[in-house]
Amino acid sequence: MSPSGAEVLRQIKSRIDEIDPAAAREQSSHGAVLVDVRETDEWSAGHVPGARHVPKSHLESRIEGAAPDRSVPVIVYCASGNRSAWAARTLIEDLGYEHVSSMTGGFTLWKDRGYEVEVPRSMTLEQRERYSRHILLPEVGMEGQQKLLDARVLLLGAGGLGSPTALYLAAAGVGTLGIVDDDVVDVSNLQRQVIHTTDRVGMPKVESAAMTVMALNPDVKVEQHRLRLGADNIMEILPNYDIVVDGLDNFPTRYLLNDASVRLRIPVVSAAILGFDGQLSVFKPYEGPCYRCLFPVPPPAELAPSCGANGVIGVLPGTMGLLQATEVIKLILDIGNPLIGRLLMYDALAATVTEVKVRRDPNCPICSRAPEEISDQEMGAFPDYDAFCAGAH
Amino acid sequence: MATIRIPPVLRASVGGVKEIQADGSSVGEILRVVVDSHPDTQSQLFSPDGQLNRYVNVYLNDEDVRVLDGLETAVGDHDTLVILPAMAGGAR
Repeated sequence: MSPSGAEVLRQIKSRIDEIDPAAAREQSSHGAVLVDVRETDEWSAGHVPGARHVPKSHLESRIEGAAPDRSVPVIVYCASGNRSAWAARTLIEDLGYEHVSSMTGGFTLWKDRGYEVEVPRSMTLEQRERYSRHILLPEVGMEGQQKLLDARVLLLGAGGLGSPTALYLAAAGVGTLGIVDDDVVDVSNLQRQVIHTTDRVGMPKVESAAMTVMALNPDVKVEQHRLRLGADNIMEILPNYDIVVDGLDNFPTRYLLNDASVRLRIPVVSAAILGFDGQLSVFKPYEGPCYRCLFPVPPPAELAPSCGANGVIGVLPGTMGLLQATEVIKLILDIGNPLIGRLLMYDALAATVTEVKVRRDPNCPICSRAPEEISDQEMGAFPDYDAFCAGAH
Repeated sequence: MATIRIPPVLRASVGGVKEIQADGSSVGEILRVVVDSHPDTQSQLFSPDGQLNRYVNVYLNDEDVRVLDGLETAVGDHDTLVILPAMAGGAR
């Protein structure tokens, strides 16, 4: 006759290491990975701070996301110490983890001891469904999704670049999207500005963008700034956001944005497009170069073709805008290698990407100084600013 | 022969091509060859004093020549020079 479940559990517990919550607490402070194998609703009601959540039903497929190195000690816990014993056996005998222990008494005893407990802000059932493909990723998870929901991103323009960026950031659940644009939807925009629709021609772009975002994801709050970004308003708007997405169409504002973002230490994910070519980089103040390190002065108007009407293949702002959205999400989640100190050049016709290094300029007129030393008068200033602006619009 | 990548804003000045080949042992020599064969690029690349314009960056492969030896930077036959002027097109 096969042994009962209780008997098998006794046998397993005799083969694995079991440790008390006090020892688990001590070992986790020295680098052991705490893994919570309970169900999602139990985890959401409270868990050990710093623990990783890998439900027992997904242990085999997801443990590597939480504990990639099999030689690092792992402490498994559940509610009372039974499910964690089964899980510990799996980790040791099936998956080859070298130092695994199960916490006796589980989370219940941990709480009874008065040890610290973290209660994650809960997501609704609908949110868990909506973001389930994010939550499944070890790099995102519930914690990362909450960071996205808490994030505040400012999009400069609801045009070619801003349209795809806004759509995907909204879909991803970035909780607050500020959109700056003083323009109205024109039929000639619709070849690339996919956030707008034919029946909204003549409507302010910020309003049209807000309608599309709300229809896509009601979790997202859209802050409409129907204005042109300038020296008179930039220091009021920017401080309300964590990251700025720059799809600006002119140099004066791009320099103004650079200087303000350095002063406020806000990263800028910047892209530019022309014809079939795009450029992309991330300017994170004081961690990498700023825009002035890359280009200390703008080109003369005749070499700045954005000043006039120029063609662009409709898919290109889609490609570049989504690369921007990707960099934004990486910055929010603090994952991967953001495009700081590097510039990508995408040639759509050749289907090639070229990358060059962008160095911080130790003599940069802006980012070589402390933020508080940058004055209002200097922001956005460069030689011949007025002459340039006259040709820019 | 080194390869020179021409950015969109300069392509009209070189007959519409994206890449040209030029002989030369340094960045300066190669850019001179470009300017000699395509005079319209002169004022776009160089300031009146013969220096590279500050709104144009030139990379030897992926490194800014300004952090190497500037126009004196040695260039090999299999190297690529990337010319990168500032671009601001948000496509409103």
